[in-house]
Amino acid sequence: MRPNLILHVIAKFVIPLIILFALYVQFHGDFGPGGGFQAGVIFSAAFILYSLVFGLETAEKIIPPHWLRILASLGVVIYAGVGIESLILGGNYLDYTLLGSTQIAGQHLGILLVELGVGITVAAAMLILFFAFAGRGRE
Amino acid sequence: MIDVVINITLLAFLAITSIAIVRMTNLFAIVMLFGIFSLLSAGLFVVMDAPDVAFTEAAVGAGISTVLMLATLALVKRPKEPYYDEAPRTHRAWLPLIVVAVTGTALVYGTWDIPGFGSPDAPSQTHVARYYLEHSMPDTGVPNTVTAVLASYRGFDTLGEVTVIFTAAVAVMLLIGGRRPKPTLKTKDEEAQDEA
Repeated sequence: MRPNLILHVIAKFVIPLIILFALYVQFHGDFGPGGGFQAGVIFSAAFILYSLVFGLETAEKIIPPHWLRILASLGVVIYAGVGIESLILGGNYLDYTLLGSTQIAGQHLGILLVELGVGITVAAAMLILFFAFAGRGRE
Repeated sequence: MIDVVINITLLAFLAITSIAIVRMTNLFAIVMLFGIFSLLSAGLFVVMDAPDVAFTEAAVGAGISTVLMLATLALVKRPKEPYYDEAPRTHRAWLPLIVVAVTGTALVYGTWDIPGFGSPDAPSQTHVARYYLEHSMPDTGVPNTVTAVLASYRGFDTLGEVTVIFTAAVAVMLLIGGRRPKPTLKTKDEEAQDEA
């Protein structure tokens, strides 16, 4: 593919902003619109843009596919693990109240962790989907 | 007032986009129009004060699914000349037209009973929404009620959703993921052995 200078420069400028916005949506989801799902999709969009501009091989060097598989399952494990943790602490499954010293603190921590799990799984799953579709034509 | 103008403009654009999608035959252009359709819906959701939904629609509908559909289009390359002859149309145009008209009339008739937008008497407002709006702040300390409902009150639901996404990724990986070895061409005797 012939390198396109304008595309490369703009992509390098925009990708950090997209990732920063994804992190903002992820961790500000308690207070504003957004949350783990949207953040994960935006996060993966940054890497999809990268692989569209710089090629699939370069993108796979940054995030190897076996990492993505681990990350996709890690998110679900984090989510379910928060539930198990609240079971161990003597509450109901996914009842975050006992995670912190007060109810509010526990709920805050629980929601933050759960949204993190959602974000990681969604971002990894979207990238797995994209790599699967885009890598298919290469063989 | 400005809401009405924006709503009418967005809805008009939605209608134009969908008519264009129906009438077009170029798949690439249709995929791009799908993206525009999603973006317009996201705009409508913002006007209707549902920024969380708008976010998802803009990111997934306009962003990721457009890219995935383009990737799929690149996979199924179309030969210059179609290898099949299109079957001649066997049905009359008026039968589907009547079906569509009747269904459309029934749907429009159904909307008469829908409570007005944001009406406090609407069933969706009188059931549990009131409880969530009143209790989410003292219960969870999270100002965004959507997040509180999604992650805390309905945490088990969301766990299921995340599992669904994970399952989708696993399924796609199993179906078309990975680089498989090229199928080795069989010699004639081997084929004969297989058939025997």
